[in-house]
Amino acid sequence: MENLLAAIDLVFRLDILLVILGACVFGIFAGAIPGISATVAVALLVPITFFMEPVAALAAIATAVAMAIFAGDLPGALLRIPGTPASAAYAEEAHEMTRKGQGANALTIALFCSVLGGVVGTLALSFSAPLLAEFSLEFQYYEYFWLACIGLSTAALVSATNPVKGLVSLSIGLLLAMVGLDLISGAPRFTFGTFELMEGIHFIPVMIGVFAVAEVMRNLIHPPRGAEADTREQPVDYRAVGRTVWRYRNNVARGSLIGTLVGALPGAGSDIASWVSFGVAKRFSRTPEKFGTGHPEGIVAASASNNAATCSTWIPSIVFGIPGDSVTAIVIGVLFLKGLEPGPTVFVENAPLVYSIFVAFLIANLFLIPVGYVAIKLAKQLLRVPRDVLMPIILVFTMVGAYAINNSMMGIATALAAGILSFFMQENDYPVAPLILGMVIGVLLEENFMQAMIAQRGDLTAFFGRPIAAVLGTVTILIWLAPIAAYIARRRKAPADPKEARAGSGAGPSAR
Amino acid sequence: MSKSKSTLVSAVRRTVVGAGLLASAIGLSSGLGAGPALADDDWPNRPITMIVPWGAGGGTDTVARTLAAAMEQNLGQPVNVVNRTGGSGLIGHNAMASAKPDGYTIGTINVDLSQLVCKGLTDLSADKFTHIALLNAEAAAVSVGGESEFDSLEAALDAIRNEPAGTYTASGTGTGGIYHLAWAGLLVEAGIDPAKVAWVPSQGGGPSLKDVAAGAVTFVTPPLSTALPLVKAGKVKPLATMGAERFEKLPDVPTVKEAVGVDWTSQTWRMIGAPAGLSDDLRDKLVEAVRAAYDSETFTDFMNERGFSKTWMGPEEARAFHASEDTAICEVMKAAGLQ
Repeated sequence: MENLLAAIDLVFRLDILLVILGACVFGIFAGAIPGISATVAVALLVPITFFMEPVAALAAIATAVAMAIFAGDLPGALLRIPGTPASAAYAEEAHEMTRKGQGANALTIALFCSVLGGVVGTLALSFSAPLLAEFSLEFQYYEYFWLACIGLSTAALVSATNPVKGLVSLSIGLLLAMVGLDLISGAPRFTFGTFELMEGIHFIPVMIGVFAVAEVMRNLIHPPRGAEADTREQPVDYRAVGRTVWRYRNNVARGSLIGTLVGALPGAGSDIASWVSFGVAKRFSRTPEKFGTGHPEGIVAASASNNAATCSTWIPSIVFGIPGDSVTAIVIGVLFLKGLEPGPTVFVENAPLVYSIFVAFLIANLFLIPVGYVAIKLAKQLLRVPRDVLMPIILVFTMVGAYAINNSMMGIATALAAGILSFFMQENDYPVAPLILGMVIGVLLEENFMQAMIAQRGDLTAFFGRPIAAVLGTVTILIWLAPIAAYIARRRKAPADPKEARAGSGAGPSAR
Repeated sequence: MSKSKSTLVSAVRRTVVGAGLLASAIGLSSGLGAGPALADDDWPNRPITMIVPWGAGGGTDTVARTLAAAMEQNLGQPVNVVNRTGGSGLIGHNAMASAKPDGYTIGTINVDLSQLVCKGLTDLSADKFTHIALLNAEAAAVSVGGESEFDSLEAALDAIRNEPAGTYTASGTGTGGIYHLAWAGLLVEAGIDPAKVAWVPSQGGGPSLKDVAAGAVTFVTPPLSTALPLVKAGKVKPLATMGAERFEKLPDVPTVKEAVGVDWTSQTWRMIGAPAGLSDDLRDKLVEAVRAAYDSETFTDFMNERGFSKTWMGPEEARAFHASEDTAICEVMKAAGLQ
């Protein structure tokens, strides 16, 4: 309680509130532009946060993400191109509603459900993170090792459409994480005799390259084409919106809950939450045949879900230092830049700051109502920003950001190389999120493994020697077995129901 | 092993040249528009660059930035903090040492440099700088987990002495880092073979405290200022500080000498320096500016808030201290087999 009051004191200051407002506008704008996902938005924001104090920096990121995840629905509904991967699950559905003349209704429903989901996720974050942290103060190398394994396995095997491609992407990330002086022996690895590589490859320029530079390249090479935007004015019928949300209140609750749980898993975030909730809503619907024809039920569930996950994915990031998705991977980078080590002790050492993140999330979700309202009104203008103006601006921003991290050209070279790599990976349907998570989590994985081995003098049984470690280890092995089980199940089912098998891999675009 | 070390050294040598070029480039760029260097009388007539060899947001960086902001008010010229990271601090220290000694490039000097000198990775010993002042020194300390069986350093050292090697573990930095040296030096001085306790490398003081609180390692050695929040929460139990005096915020924690009678101190420190060959006149002006910033309310508040101790040494004292550390640290590294 004391911490909460201190946090409120930290956040309710004019400068912080102005930062949050600015981040709102930026997040809406970024999310509304197809291709500028929440991750790219944060990537662009990071260089600016160098100059902010920790509270402002984290509040800006939290706000921009919450906004961008909602704003991704705008082009989804109007153009059938999801603005962020988290909106992909129901872009089709929302666009069908637009074709029926209910576009503004669809967006307003998505807005309300986003806010509700966001609030549920924020509350989950605020209550569970401190408890989890208290509990995990007992965690030693073995538990962290398994948590890192779970994060990597989820990212590569469960979140990616194609586990093999997910593993390839993950391996690239792990390889990049190995560059530099080895923590344990101090021996240089993969530095090729260059001094610049001794400190390792800095994660933030890579991330800027992988997301922002690659996106600029993709835009130049494949200008996106969506459905023609509907130019008719579509009025919002608030009573209909209210009725819809009320009718599907169970879906709001279920979507929020699924989003919160999926988000809280290391290695999974809002993209997956949205697909899972959409699928669950369909399965439990009384009218599943209406899905895909402009039916709001799935929109309700999935838009609540992705915003809930946006908040709860900070739980493993703050408590264990193990990011849930690429956004929180960046957040961890920012935390380190600000001299804050994520981990359970952050609640002992810096509790007001952590609580101020919770407060910022709550404010962001409340700001979402007016800002989202305006955004829906202006949606068509937002979508009309010419790309040939926007893309060069983004490129300049990315280069400045990549340089600023270390004031060295190495950052720019890293970002460009990562951008080209990421472009070719994405062109060939390799997900890039496992690469980013591999880079961040890979370091933790290796470090905890080596520390455990040194402390236990090479005794591998230590990884199953403590009850929680044993449980986490078993979970990890189950995740490894999941693709094999799914493969066997598919083989058995395949001749009977080929459609089902296809739907199973429907999470495809989300991996982007 | 020897092969990898020789490549490391050659890599360092090669980049030392690169860093030197870069440093002169920095010097040049900050000289742009300033016209020919005028007499020292009107110093400073253009912005001053403060090179920090560590990343933005870290301990040294925030100390430097706060000091720079306070210096600006005093000098009426911007003091720009430039982070030149890499090579365990070598790039930044080198950039500063090889800049023009014109009073427009200053930088931080950290304890880590003495280790690099001892390892033969650089020749940047104390005489390669003009020292301005020492701002901060944090004594290493021995702490155990809140649930630990040990209540005193004496009991801990006895146990290490009597139990077989590898029974206990210690952590605090990477292998050969300053807190590792502090620990190894303590054991050597107490007549114990450092190899009796396994050193578990960690990313730094913070993460190692988390590990000792969880019971993953037996001992950790970061300063009491870093451990303070966890000490207050009862998760970490401090046994002794390696300072010459007790830590004022935890006055019940004895020094090593008081606890076990071993005359051993070890600390990390941060100084402000300039390239060698700075004129006495400019040095004195810089000392005055740094002193005023050091005494300012903003700097004092910041140091208190972060739990950093404020320790002042003037130029002569700082130079002598740096030189003695170069020798002392190298001796420990040799004794502990970490060179």
